[in-house]
Amino acid sequence: MWILGVLIVSFVATAVLGLLAKWVDRKITALVQWRVGPPWYQNFADIMKLLGKETIVPVGARRTGFLLWPVVGLSGAALAAAVLWMVNGNPGKSFVADMIGVIYLLVLPSLAIIMGGSASGNPQSGLGSSREMKLLFGYELPFILALVTVIIAVGTLNLGEIIRFQGEHGWMLLKPSALIGFLIAIICIQAKLGLVPFDIAEAETEIMSGPFLEYSGPPLALFYLTKAMLLIVLPMFLITVFWGGFALRGIGLLTSVIKYVIILVVLTLIRNTNPRLRIDQAVRFFWFLLFPIALIAVLLALKGY
Amino acid sequence: MSHKKGHRCLIPVGPYHPLQEEPEFFQLYVEGETVVDMDWRTSYNHRGIEELATHKTFDQVPFLVERVCGICSASHPLAYVQAVEDIGKIEVPERALYLRSLVNELERIHSHVLWFGLAGHFIGYNTVFMWAWRYRDPILDLLEMTTGSRINYANARVGGVRRDIDNAFMPEIIKGIDEFLPPLDMLIKAVLDDPVLHARLKGIGILTKEDAIKYAVAGPTARASGVPIDVRRDDPYAAYDLVDWDVITQEEGDVFAKVVVRLLECVEAARIIKQCAERLPQIDGPICAEVREIPAGEGVGHVEAPRGETFHYVRSDGSPRPVRHKIRAPSFNNVPSFKASCIGYTVSDVTITLASIDPCYSCTERMARVVDRKSGEEILTFADLVKLSQEKTKRIKEEMGV
Repeated sequence: MWILGVLIVSFVATAVLGLLAKWVDRKITALVQWRVGPPWYQNFADIMKLLGKETIVPVGARRTGFLLWPVVGLSGAALAAAVLWMVNGNPGKSFVADMIGVIYLLVLPSLAIIMGGSASGNPQSGLGSSREMKLLFGYELPFILALVTVIIAVGTLNLGEIIRFQGEHGWMLLKPSALIGFLIAIICIQAKLGLVPFDIAEAETEIMSGPFLEYSGPPLALFYLTKAMLLIVLPMFLITVFWGGFALRGIGLLTSVIKYVIILVVLTLIRNTNPRLRIDQAVRFFWFLLFPIALIAVLLALKGY
Repeated sequence: MSHKKGHRCLIPVGPYHPLQEEPEFFQLYVEGETVVDMDWRTSYNHRGIEELATHKTFDQVPFLVERVCGICSASHPLAYVQAVEDIGKIEVPERALYLRSLVNELERIHSHVLWFGLAGHFIGYNTVFMWAWRYRDPILDLLEMTTGSRINYANARVGGVRRDIDNAFMPEIIKGIDEFLPPLDMLIKAVLDDPVLHARLKGIGILTKEDAIKYAVAGPTARASGVPIDVRRDDPYAAYDLVDWDVITQEEGDVFAKVVVRLLECVEAARIIKQCAERLPQIDGPICAEVREIPAGEGVGHVEAPRGETFHYVRSDGSPRPVRHKIRAPSFNNVPSFKASCIGYTVSDVTITLASIDPCYSCTERMARVVDRKSGEEILTFADLVKLSQEKTKRIKEEMGV
């Protein structure tokens, strides 16, 4: 029973915080762009409005897949959130190799976008899906290598162990290898979140938000919620692995929030100071620039740096 | 990203698409991401301006033609009044010439910076979008100060200009331009230095010099391909032969060259404005020649609008109205060049290439036809529409029992 409780609490907390984080992102963007920006409840209002709208399934769409994949994506983000909240709340309670589980769960939202876009039967969505797929192949490689730097240093795939190790030996990112890994991972989560310069799959001015083009009403709200939750989950994952864990008790909570906001601001600033890349440029960037750097970081980690 | 050959897919850009604010329809035939062929059609926005012009007096038409394009609303009326002045062989006073140049160059700055912001938006760089438009706003304020409105200036008039700009405003104009130059410099530096912008815009949508000449493109599109045409220099009008300025050209012909040409043209425009504002206080005299009537005859006027040469032809039969008014907006020449500049690039590149000529579709549209797709026969002609309208009136009358 308690696991259900954890799921519900973490889901609600992540959703609410995610929508607030999205507001922070939009507000910072507005300030950078000489605009006023939306009020804090804007994203909640958006979600509520979408939930109240009609669900339209296009004639050419695969009905089941079209409606199912948003749910799958959301559940992936929700499960990853549950694992991370639990591990950070009580590092002793994590299960073996939960890091692998989280990595898998974090692929689900991208997979949902790919499959949902393909199921909607629109050429622009199809193009968006194929781009998302290429992007996924692009960033997963350096992302996992970046995490490997920590796995090598700590010698375990257990998130709780990693948090405890950092409690004893200091933050991972104080080590050169893990610092490189951390910076690479930030760029990778930028792509995972679909933010500029990696919003190639959505590319509003090219393919009209691609995979989401045919979605409306509640399924679209689910996708938005997934993205908002990922905005919490992904930085939290990085903080857990690289930055001493996301402590939830006492003064630790304050430092956790500060760490989170720093990552959020970095993501927002990256997205506001870059144009969108082309998909081939993005894949090349991940494979031929970040991958070798990540490989060097792994070698450094093997040497003990 | 190689796909099976012959597996073509149609990606529609339009009729309503976030890329451009006007309705237009580009059919991109793609193999994978690569565009292998394209078709384009417009005619969603036909407003019958040429026909309307023949129902207005010579003095009313400038108000109409400045609505051809919301952005070139100084260039179109100027081209029209030059055409009418060509018929009547009217001498325009010197002060009016400077005033015309001043307003037209302010318009050029606001149009180019507007396009620059939009181009940023099209490649997902919204910060550039917002910053460019923020720095463009003081230029609109200057236009408001000098002509009374931020767009549709109602400034051109046959024989001169409609409203004088008080000499007391000239220092303000110079100050406004001086304040605009540092941010413009910053934008230019930002473009020239940003490696991601280079990656995104260089070598994209190349329109070679040969193609530029073949398609007879105009304005910055031609100048970015190394074709140094500029009506302001080639056939000077207003005060352009009285002030010192340069024609900006780039050789590459890609989207990046078009960005550079437009931004550097803003600098030249600022130079022209400052020279006009400095000289205007020394030139007294009328701002408009006395025009009694327009004799029978025909005349042409052309003006270097921000997008290229806009061309107006007016025929008069001695009555107070033009009997024929032909408008050719620059996009009419520039849009077909997509065939040369878009094929072979990816969808991402093609969308920014489509935007790079700063197209203006509603300005270009001169006719609308409803054609049966199978037989190719024209349906719903003017007579049909009149008949439909009359039938409806009759039906409503019957319903109302009149």
